[in-house]
Amino acid sequence: MLCDLCKEKQANVFFTQIINGQVQKVNLCEECSKKKGVTDPTGFALAELLLGMGAPAAPVKPAEPGCPVCGFTQSDFKKAGRLGCDQCYRIFQQDIEGLLKTIHKGTRHVGKVPASAAAASAGNRLEELRKELAAAIEQEKFEDAARLRDEINTLSHVAGDK
Amino acid sequence: MMRFSTLIRQPAAWMHPGGAHGDIVISSRIRLARNVAGHTFPGWAKKEDRIASLGILQPPIEALPEMKDGFSADLSRLGAVEKQVLVERHFISREQAAKGPGSAAVINRAQNLSIMINEEDHLRMQAILPGLDLKTAWSLLDKVDTELDAALPYAWDERLGYLTACPTNLGTGIRASAMLHLPGLVLTDQINKVIQSVNKIGLAVRGLYGEGTEALAHLFQISNQSTLGQRELHIIAELQTVIERIIDSERNARQKLFEEQPARLRDHVGRAYGILKYAHTIESKEALNQLSMLRLGQDLKLLKPSDGMLIDHLLVEIQPAHLQLASKKKLSAEARDAMRAQILRDALKNLPEPEPFNLPVEEPGTAPEGEN
Repeated sequence: MLCDLCKEKQANVFFTQIINGQVQKVNLCEECSKKKGVTDPTGFALAELLLGMGAPAAPVKPAEPGCPVCGFTQSDFKKAGRLGCDQCYRIFQQDIEGLLKTIHKGTRHVGKVPASAAAASAGNRLEELRKELAAAIEQEKFEDAARLRDEINTLSHVAGDK
Repeated sequence: MMRFSTLIRQPAAWMHPGGAHGDIVISSRIRLARNVAGHTFPGWAKKEDRIASLGILQPPIEALPEMKDGFSADLSRLGAVEKQVLVERHFISREQAAKGPGSAAVINRAQNLSIMINEEDHLRMQAILPGLDLKTAWSLLDKVDTELDAALPYAWDERLGYLTACPTNLGTGIRASAMLHLPGLVLTDQINKVIQSVNKIGLAVRGLYGEGTEALAHLFQISNQSTLGQRELHIIAELQTVIERIIDSERNARQKLFEEQPARLRDHVGRAYGILKYAHTIESKEALNQLSMLRLGQDLKLLKPSDGMLIDHLLVEIQPAHLQLASKKKLSAEARDAMRAQILRDALKNLPEPEPFNLPVEEPGTAPEGEN
């Protein structure tokens, strides 16, 4: 989205104001927003910018990057101590990483695994084993090949692979 | 499906007597937090999203073999008193009771399994049994979880395990806890020391209704805090070891009271007997604390077991929402206190008075023992 003023740079300050029930939106680039004093909430009014009307100004914040799936932001996390959706764990990985050590006795899950995930990781391993088996046969390492074949048979059971 | 009135006519499974270490451990509970992939967590979801996810979650839960002929209700369709009754029975949390549309509770007929939908996480399921029985509770819940896993795509990460709204539940999503009755440790002033040492090894101690609640009736809930980096059975075994140690300390404290401060102990039990049997108006807090002393008196055989309602039932039946529900109308605080006293008088009507006791006669010349 381009800046509404200069129409050149990428807009990254989004401003919404409601005057007499009418919603007005302005998208600005960082430079124009500074020029217009958007970062200083007391010195800026959308109406002034657009219509030259006198109207009380709303507080303005530069848009904060958030979770693309659910819109949750870092300050939401700081406030609530909870996350918005499962994808937030990827987005806020760094914030959470440090926290884990203070809360838990480990940082890596051990224990129960959902059936689908168990099947998926067994599937990955199967693929590896099949490659190893092919290599072993090619190199005529038949003892290894026999062991790999047994391992594949057991694992394909887990993965639900035929 | 079971009606609310049927549910409430029967005591919850954990209120039945006879579990292991039942004199000290009231109940054992395992809770698992689970979420479904691709749906915003309930706390951040909009109302319509919560209603939509409820529509996905509730049918497979109701269809569980364990939930056959169980109870299932949208929380927005229950009244405030009914919700509070479920809280008093530990089926739902206080947080869940405050939730609006898009939230539900499903409870099995035996009343030892309950699943909260759209509390802090999409699913909070728990198994709760009388006495110290964490492992049975775990196998019960583990089975339900595996069955649901086949129907719902859980939010999951290979490294972080089951993904939960709060990072404190990541990994296994397990909270194992036991409700302990510890009047001996309270009366001998050892309880703070015990709480501190339990906290030091990473376990939490809470009051009757979980986080931030008061330890009424000398009841304390002990639970694990770390959920990531240890297997479920490891977490349970660690908690079990600590609980067994606390049980030993409580037994020792009771023995010590019995031998060293017999008058003080009997005074507590005797006053509880007198107040509960003859009061005509009594507040919830006082009633709970006096029932605790009566329970202690029965455990130490200073009192005969009651032939009427069991004390563990009474602990629940005299709480505000249970009273309101029993009276079928809204009661003022004063009316509740009067009704509570009436229930207690009726329940304890035939309870014989504590066995007589006389202080041992002091030999002349020996200094009297300090009694505080």
